[in-house]
Amino acid sequence: MTDVAGTPILEAPVAEGAKDQHMVLNMGPQHPATHGVLRLVLEIDGEIVVRLYPEIGYLHTGIEKTCEAKFYQQVVPLTDRVNYLDPLSNNLCYCLAVEKLLDLEIPEKAQWLRVLLTELSRLNSHLIWLGTHAMDIGALTVFLYTFREREEILRLLEAVAGQRMMTSYIRIGGLSMEPPIDFLARVQAFIKTLPEKIDEYSNLLTGNPIFRNRLKGVGYLSAADAIALGVTGPPLRASGVDIDLRRDMPYSSYEKFQFKVPVSTDGDTWARYLVRLDEMRESIKIIQQALDGMPEGAIKADAPKIVLPDREKMKTQMEALIHHFKIVTEGFNVPAGEVYQGIECGHGQVGYYVVSDGTAKPWRVHMRYPSFATLQALETMCKGGMLADVVAVIGSIDIVLGEIDR
Amino acid sequence: MGEANQATLSGKAEVLAGMPDHPAILAIMAWQPDALLDARFDRGELTLTVAPEFIRDAAATVQAAGYNFFEDMTAVDWFPSAPRFQLSYHILSHRLLERIRLRVLLDEAGPVVESITPVWPGADYYEREVFDLFGIRFEGHPNLRRIMMPDEWQGHPLRKDYPVEGYR
Repeated sequence: MTDVAGTPILEAPVAEGAKDQHMVLNMGPQHPATHGVLRLVLEIDGEIVVRLYPEIGYLHTGIEKTCEAKFYQQVVPLTDRVNYLDPLSNNLCYCLAVEKLLDLEIPEKAQWLRVLLTELSRLNSHLIWLGTHAMDIGALTVFLYTFREREEILRLLEAVAGQRMMTSYIRIGGLSMEPPIDFLARVQAFIKTLPEKIDEYSNLLTGNPIFRNRLKGVGYLSAADAIALGVTGPPLRASGVDIDLRRDMPYSSYEKFQFKVPVSTDGDTWARYLVRLDEMRESIKIIQQALDGMPEGAIKADAPKIVLPDREKMKTQMEALIHHFKIVTEGFNVPAGEVYQGIECGHGQVGYYVVSDGTAKPWRVHMRYPSFATLQALETMCKGGMLADVVAVIGSIDIVLGEIDR
Repeated sequence: MGEANQATLSGKAEVLAGMPDHPAILAIMAWQPDALLDARFDRGELTLTVAPEFIRDAAATVQAAGYNFFEDMTAVDWFPSAPRFQLSYHILSHRLLERIRLRVLLDEAGPVVESITPVWPGADYYEREVFDLFGIRFEGHPNLRRIMMPDEWQGHPLRKDYPVEGYR
């Protein structure tokens, strides 16, 4: 038995003379509820999902291959495009990995600004998740509310990096430039209003009986299954595994911040909703601490052969001009070795595995992205459930196809 | 940070002497000392090179030793050096809050290795990706088909002899 797609589900033999045949339903790749170009092949018995097979790769651009042809510093803009909803976390993870290879010490202020910016980026990612998740369920209003706040975050990112989405602000050795003078005040004004905005979403959704009934008890994932399938981030914590790399394996001076890691043991779509909502409140606390204790100092490491000089120095000092020219035309050599750097982004654990052969271009850059592994758990979560719940479950695992296909 | 003060240990003997009570090394040495070909501790990361025929059992051994979370797996093409392919498995321990890297070296001709999906079902997509982009086969994988490229694609794009742009 062959078919157009050649997916294993469709090759399943149907017993001779079988009366009740399972129906095969194709969902996507152009389906609004799949958040991109995800194709699901579902085998359904009436309205019950019997099997589910995700077909991915529609967005594969070979970013890992492109990285091998670029200088180390040229890879940073590529990382933005992998998970375009949480760009600063990608920048950070890649830069931390290369800095580990270079054994580079980053000034404290740069580290704190990195924390502040990745938390803003995490809020951005969670706001999009909340809006689209609620929209999938049918609550359209929340989408407009969350995108109102997301717009504020994008304006902040634009102020600091000059770009709304593809920021490339975190660079190897620090940050690309000083943030504008009023930047911290603007962040302060923004996060002052955010807690009540989150209460507003919560008022619209948490007490809403339709929303609650659509999510409660749907898409259950046990802790053992979550670990076996490589699930990370909010879905893992909603299944009762208390792990957050920010707290447990701190990077970029996260050890200096106090925050709670929301955990739930219910393991269903509702638990994932509550965990992410609490995470947003914790992110605000982290940003507040970063604003209160922001250290003074440089935002770039003292490594003239690696870090680009300031524009001003480049135009007035011969030495800075030479370094600038050398970095841009020849790159910088990175000591041979292999490192793996893991961080916690909005969706879960990101990891960059960078292998250097001692030249100015990386020999191999591998990106571990959380959605890739979380998608494997989709079948476990949807099996035995209703067809209409598949959309709720996809929304709750918060996948980005850009980071799955790379 | 904080890992910078840890010295680099290279070679099996040096790592065994320098880190005598590391749980993963203890578990592997207790199970099959021959399986551990080489070891290296560099930049705060422990790399254990395992003989290719032992990888599935080595994965099960470190899993039993507390390294419970399979985080990542990928390949590196060292063309034109030999052995050509390197597989890197990154495994995290939720209890010890530590990561180890299992490394397997494979020759260019017909690279095949045992699948670790019986140990961690989550390795499924990762092994499919390596099969698709590097052409390394995994024995015992439940669904070894291309994942990124179209099914009828010729060649394996992440190999070093595959051009970055232009015609193949």
